[in-house]
Amino acid sequence: MNFGFSEEQELLRAEVRKFLDQNCSLDEVRKIAEKPEGFDRHLWGRMAELGWVGLTFPEAYGGVGLGWVDLVVVLEETGRSLFPSPLISTVLAGTAIERAGSDAQKERHLPGLADGSVVGAFALVEDADSLDADGIALRGARDGDAVRLEGEKLFVPDAPDADLLVVAFRSGDAVDSISLGIVERGAPGLSIDLLPGMDETKPTGRVRFDGVTLQSDAILGPVGGAWPLVSHLIDCGATAVTAELVGTVEGLHALTVDYAKQRIQFDKPIGQFQGVKHPLASAFVDIESFKSLCYYAAWQLDEDPAVASLAASRAKAYASEAAPRFGVDAIQLHGGIGYTWEYDAHLYLKRAKWARPAFGDADHHLERIASLGGL
Amino acid sequence: MDFNLSPDEEAFRQEVRTFLAENLGEGERDMATIAGFQKKVREKRWVGFSWPKEYGGGGGSIMEQVILKEEMAKAKAPPLGTCFMGLAWVGPAIIEYGTPEQKKKFIPDILDGAYQWCTGYSEPASGSDLASLSCRCEREGDTYVVNGQKIWTSIAMWSNWIILLVRTQTEVKSKHDGITCLLVPMDTKGITVRPIKNMAGGAIFAEVFFDDVRVPVENRLGEEGQGWGVTVSALAHERSSIAEVHGLSRILDDVKDLARRCRKNGRPAAENAGIRRRIARAEMRIEAMRLNGLRFLTKQLRGEKLGSETSINKLHRAELEVELGELALEIQGSRGPLWQGSDVVPDDGRWQRYALSWPEVVIGGGTPNIQKNIIAERVLGLPKD
Repeated sequence: MNFGFSEEQELLRAEVRKFLDQNCSLDEVRKIAEKPEGFDRHLWGRMAELGWVGLTFPEAYGGVGLGWVDLVVVLEETGRSLFPSPLISTVLAGTAIERAGSDAQKERHLPGLADGSVVGAFALVEDADSLDADGIALRGARDGDAVRLEGEKLFVPDAPDADLLVVAFRSGDAVDSISLGIVERGAPGLSIDLLPGMDETKPTGRVRFDGVTLQSDAILGPVGGAWPLVSHLIDCGATAVTAELVGTVEGLHALTVDYAKQRIQFDKPIGQFQGVKHPLASAFVDIESFKSLCYYAAWQLDEDPAVASLAASRAKAYASEAAPRFGVDAIQLHGGIGYTWEYDAHLYLKRAKWARPAFGDADHHLERIASLGGL
Repeated sequence: MDFNLSPDEEAFRQEVRTFLAENLGEGERDMATIAGFQKKVREKRWVGFSWPKEYGGGGGSIMEQVILKEEMAKAKAPPLGTCFMGLAWVGPAIIEYGTPEQKKKFIPDILDGAYQWCTGYSEPASGSDLASLSCRCEREGDTYVVNGQKIWTSIAMWSNWIILLVRTQTEVKSKHDGITCLLVPMDTKGITVRPIKNMAGGAIFAEVFFDDVRVPVENRLGEEGQGWGVTVSALAHERSSIAEVHGLSRILDDVKDLARRCRKNGRPAAENAGIRRRIARAEMRIEAMRLNGLRFLTKQLRGEKLGSETSINKLHRAELEVELGELALEIQGSRGPLWQGSDVVPDDGRWQRYALSWPEVVIGGGTPNIQKNIIAERVLGLPKD
C-alpha cells in the first residue's frame, strides 16, 4: 500500500518547479499571454527537450515511457505557475495516436509532438456543447478511400496554435459511427480562429472544416470504432485539467494565506478573524480532497483505463465546483486589491473559470457518477 | 503508487475474512452469536488490536489494523470489544500515563468489556473551549475532593467508571495548566447522574454532578496539573477514517435504494436530476475521504506523524452525516417530516431518526468550526485568536 509519489517523482516535481520558477514568473506569464501565439515557443521547446511533453509517449517514438501519475506531477506545477502552454492538448493528441494509430502514423507524428516541434490539439466539442457521442455532429462523408469533413468544432483548447488536430467526426447516426482523424495545419478547407477568452493563457479556438479531405492514412484506427477511445481521451483530459487545477488553486490559496497573515485591520492581521480563517480552511479541505481524487484517477488511467471514468468524473466534478468557488472567495478575502489588474489573484480566478467546463463541468460529471453508480 | 497488499497482508486479510464468515454468517445475528463472536475476537487478541502485546493487546501493525477495520466494516461486524470509550481513549491514556497498578487494574477489564467507561470532559461553561474547565478539585491528604458539574457525558447512566478532568490549580499562566485527570467509580458517594433527552427523543448523554466526591490520590492518571496532556495524547490516537468511510458508503447505498422506491412528482426520486446530483456529490465526497485516509495512512507507513490534517476528514464526515439525513428526507418529500408510527413513512422512520441524530458525531469530537480553526492555525499557520 502506497498512495504517495516515489523519490523519482518528487525529483521530477522539484525539477519542473525550479525550471518554471526560473523561467516563468507571473510577470512572464502576463507577457506571454499578450503575445499573439499565447505561448512561448522557445520555453515550450526547452520543456520538450527535458522530456516533459512526451513524458507518457513510448520511448520508441521519442517519448519517455512514463505514466499519468508522472504527468500529473508536471501538470500540477504548470498549473501552479499558470504556465501558458499547449501541454494537455499535445498530450491528448499524442495519446490518441499512440492508442489507435498504425506504426506508420506513430512514426510520422509522435516524435514531433514529443520534441515540441508540433503542437497538438484535440477537437471534440461542438455547438451542442455536449461530451456525449450525440454531441458530435461533424460529418465525414465517404469519398472513395478518403473522407470529406464538413462542419465546425468549437471551444477547442489550443486550436489557434495547433499544427496537428485530432478530430472526432461521425459517418452515421449510431455511436459506432464515430471516428478520429488527423488534420494538419494548412489542409485545404481548414480554418481556425481564436475565440477571445477570459484566461489569456489558455487560447481557445473555432475550427471550420469546409470539405477538408482525410486520406485513409489520416484516420486513426477502424472507421466508426473510435467512441471508446474518445471517451478515454475525455477521462484523460478531465484528469489533466484537474491536475493543473490542483496546482493553480494551491497557488492562489498560498497567495491568499500570505495576504491574510500580513494585512492588518482593526490592529490585527485579518487572518486572525474566523471570517477569514474558515473559508481558507474549507478551501484547504477541498484542495486536498480533489488532489486525492485526481491522483487516484491518474493511477487508474495507468493501471486500468477501462474503469477510470468514475475516478476521473469524481476528480473533475469536485474540482469544477471547488476551484471557481475559491477563486471568488480569494478575491473577496483580498478586498479591493484583489479586484485590480495589477494584483495576480485574477489570473488564477480566470484559470479556474476556464477549467470549469473543460472536459466536463460538475453537472456533467455528477450525472456520470450517478449513472455509473447504478442510478 | 501501489494499492496492492503484500503477501503477508493478503494472508491476514484472508484470515480475517474466513474468521468473520465462520463466526458471523449472513443476515440477522442473535445475541448468542454476537456474544460468541466477542469471546472469540478477545481470544484472538483483536480487541485492542493496536495495543502492545504486553498489555494484552494484539500488537497489530498499522496496515493490519487497517485491514481488520476494513474487513469488519465490510462484513457489518459488531465492534471489537464492548467497552467503547475504554478502547478508544481511556485504555490508550492508561497505557501511556498509568502506574503499573492502574494498568493491572483497568486494562484487562477494558479488553474484556467488563463494564463501561464514560468521559467527563465538557462542562456547562466549557465546551469547545474545553481547557477553560472549572470543576473544582482540592487535595486533602491522600484524597481529592471534587465539586462541580460535567455535561454531555455520553452513557454516564450505564457506566461504572468515569475519566474526569478537574481543575486542581486556578492561578495558572496558561489555562491548559492546573488540570488533573482522575479515574473515578461512578458509584462514589456524591455523584448524581441526570440523563438529558435529545431532540430525537432518546437519552444517551447526561449531566453529572459532583458534590464533595472523594477520590483517592492513587486514582490520579498522570501527574497533578498535567491532565491536559493526558487528554490530548489520548484523543490523538486517531487512525485513518477507514471504518467511517465504510459506514457512510453503506448509508449512501441505502439512500440510493430509498431514491428508487420513493416517488417525486409521480416519478421515482432516483430519476430526479437534483436528487441524482446530490447523491453523486455525496458519493464523490465519501471517495475523497477514503483516498485522503489512504494518503494519511501512507504517511504513517513512511514513519511520519499525522498532524492536524486529519481534521480534513472530520469535516467531510460532519458534512456527510448532515447531508445524507437531509437528502433522505428530501427524497421522501411530504413523508419527510413524518415520524415512526405513520403507516406511510418509509423504513419505519429510520431516516427521520437518522436526520435528527447527526449532532452525536458532528458536535461530539469538536464542532466543524473548531476543526476549521485547527486547520487554519495548525496547518495554514494563521495567527491564533
